[in-house]
Amino acid sequence: MSEQAGPFRALVARDLRLSLRVGGGALTGVLFFLAVITTVPFGVGPDLNLLARIGPAIMWIAALLATLIGLERLFQSDRDDGALDLLRLTDAPLSSFIIAKVVAHWLGASLPLVLATPVLSLLLALEPLAIAALTATLLVGTPALSFLGAVGAALAVTLRRGALLMAVIILPFSIPVLIFGVAATRAAVTEPDPFWPPFALLGAVSLIYAVVGTVGAAAAIRINDG
Amino acid sequence: MGILDYANPTRVMRFSRAVKPWVGGLGAIVLAAGLYEAFVTAPADYQQGETIRIMYLHVPMAWLAMFAYALMALSAIGTLVFKHPMADVSAKAMAPLGAVFTAICLITGSLWGKPMWNTWWVWDARLTSVLILFLVYLGIIALWQAIEEPIKAGKITAIITLIGAINLPIIKFSVDWWYTLHQPASVFRVDGPTIYPAMLYPLLICAVGFALLFFFAHLVAMENEMKRRRVRAMQMRAARRTTPLPTTRPAEGAA
Repeated sequence: MSEQAGPFRALVARDLRLSLRVGGGALTGVLFFLAVITTVPFGVGPDLNLLARIGPAIMWIAALLATLIGLERLFQSDRDDGALDLLRLTDAPLSSFIIAKVVAHWLGASLPLVLATPVLSLLLALEPLAIAALTATLLVGTPALSFLGAVGAALAVTLRRGALLMAVIILPFSIPVLIFGVAATRAAVTEPDPFWPPFALLGAVSLIYAVVGTVGAAAAIRINDG
Repeated sequence: MGILDYANPTRVMRFSRAVKPWVGGLGAIVLAAGLYEAFVTAPADYQQGETIRIMYLHVPMAWLAMFAYALMALSAIGTLVFKHPMADVSAKAMAPLGAVFTAICLITGSLWGKPMWNTWWVWDARLTSVLILFLVYLGIIALWQAIEEPIKAGKITAIITLIGAINLPIIKFSVDWWYTLHQPASVFRVDGPTIYPAMLYPLLICAVGFALLFFFAHLVAMENEMKRRRVRAMQMRAARRTTPLPTTRPAEGAA
């Protein structure tokens, strides 16, 4: 079907297939997510009230780390086997391929994470309303992290050993996502604060980062090839 | 003389050598006057006493920290859009200066906060945004250090600088939101139009003095960077002359 559907959908389908196969490692992100959530109570103690209060923050930070670590090699294998050069030789703009790759990565790595959130939230004693709000904010906010991570991945193509440096550069930019994501989840639980303003702002940040991340990643890859 | 005349390093160097003593000298005079005003003539605050004098260092540093980032972002546009060869030299020279201003701003703020708020650090919106600005500066410096080839390093860093320029207002806004969400506004204010004129003028003189000092340091750093590149080019030329050029060596970085 991919031959008729155009290069965008073909690339999404290809990346998704590759990531779900043996060696693709898409679901490792969910495992990492689970591992972080399991580790935190050993650090802060098993007090369920405390865990319920900081639970949304823990889940968001775990999602942030899972996304950034998972995205590091987004362009690397395509660069190594020459697929990236072939993609650049086609008529379609490089930005569209970057969007396709990010979409595929989000579907393969971040969406399972969002789907696992309601179950894992139970470990942190979150209320049903908080679980719903957290899942909604992760659904809307993780694309921002993916597009941001794409810039880092494009840089990593140039830097080779730059994974840690990439995280240093990208992490400060992820602060707004974290703030609005956690604020919306908190607001859903505490009655007087409204849920929608931070949630709408989270959506806005996602849209802005989709543009900035795509343009930035495309520029970084173009510069890398001279 | 248009801006393109300054695409030539030799011309920039000549211009820099001619202008530098004047900027530095004027900066030293203005700064001396400003600091004299600040530490001797200016009145002590009726509430904060002598600690108010930290302001004359702290506030210009905060202004210059943001000013340096704005100039760095302009240089980044110069690199990416106009491909001006001096733009990345300017940006590279700017990053450590901006980082130092931000660091001094944070340190003086912390020293001021201890007697006033009885704590070295609070997660106040303003403090937090400056800390993030500091992190971004350090990331950009680390990126400059990570890529060996100066032209490529300039372009890559320019992209990150511009992404930072788009993001820093968003971060600032979100941090304001985050802060106001957690605590009602009880923050102690030093800014705003309520400042007493006897304090405002020394502050402005200090700011101008530090800005001149900043331009002076920037010229020096740009000269150093140009010399460093010239040395690198000469070393590469020398290496090419001594060893016969291998014909089948794979290009560096090819996997």
